[in-house]
Amino acid sequence: MTGWIADFMNHPATYLKSGWFQISVTNLVVILLMLAIFALAVLIPFPKDKDGHHK
Amino acid sequence: MSEMWTAKLRKKWQKNLPIEKLLPDDQPAYVASWIYVFGVLTLSALAMIIFSGIILAFEGPAWYHTSDAGKFVNSLHFWSVQLFFVFMVIHLWGKFWMAAWRGNRFATWATGAVAFIASIATAFTGYLVQTNFDSQWISFEAKDGFNSVGVGAWFTVTNLGQMLLLHVAFLPLILGAITVVHVLMVRKRGVVPPIDAEPSSVSEGGR
Repeated sequence: MTGWIADFMNHPATYLKSGWFQISVTNLVVILLMLAIFALAVLIPFPKDKDGHHK
Repeated sequence: MSEMWTAKLRKKWQKNLPIEKLLPDDQPAYVASWIYVFGVLTLSALAMIIFSGIILAFEGPAWYHTSDAGKFVNSLHFWSVQLFFVFMVIHLWGKFWMAAWRGNRFATWATGAVAFIASIATAFTGYLVQTNFDSQWISFEAKDGFNSVGVGAWFTVTNLGQMLLLHVAFLPLILGAITVVHVLMVRKRGVVPPIDAEPSSVSEGGR
């Protein structure tokens, strides 16, 4: 693996820690992205065609 | 003369899951929401996992660790799994918050939960059979966990042959069978309506 991907990935993960709770920044980002996708899936209207019917 | 078991099974199938329910061309209006898309997205990711997994099984690690095409298919398999779990968990959240076990749909919910657990087992054995330093690290960490609960002699995570056979034969069969049953139950009972759906717009739950 070379280039920016290697620079980005070939080192130990950064962890956030608070008492007994510990999580890697990567895992936290993935969880937050999933929550964002969930919220968008609930909030964004489903597309309709020109007759007003759902596609 | 008593009826043959084949006739009994056919009549039961026709009563519970006629072809119109199995392959519908119309859905209730409430299905037109992005949150209802994540079940089929999960299935699509599973199809890609199976497709790339079959290629990996035929070509073997000497191919998928060294050639460019092999590395691509290996990555396709890995990233399909990541998307599979993202889609499945969002599908789970959506169904949990709309209480998808309503309307006689408990078995649909339960088979989904079992499919989730089977997916974790399949993915875990997949991580163990990568045949790289990552899988070596994971197996040596995991063996202590399994030994501490007393199953290490039976489920040996450092035994590559056992993990490989579980990953490519036993667990995909289990997961595939549960998924088929789950989808058939969704078709039989219909997609769960939102909690505040108009009663007139709700399809029959059926039994």
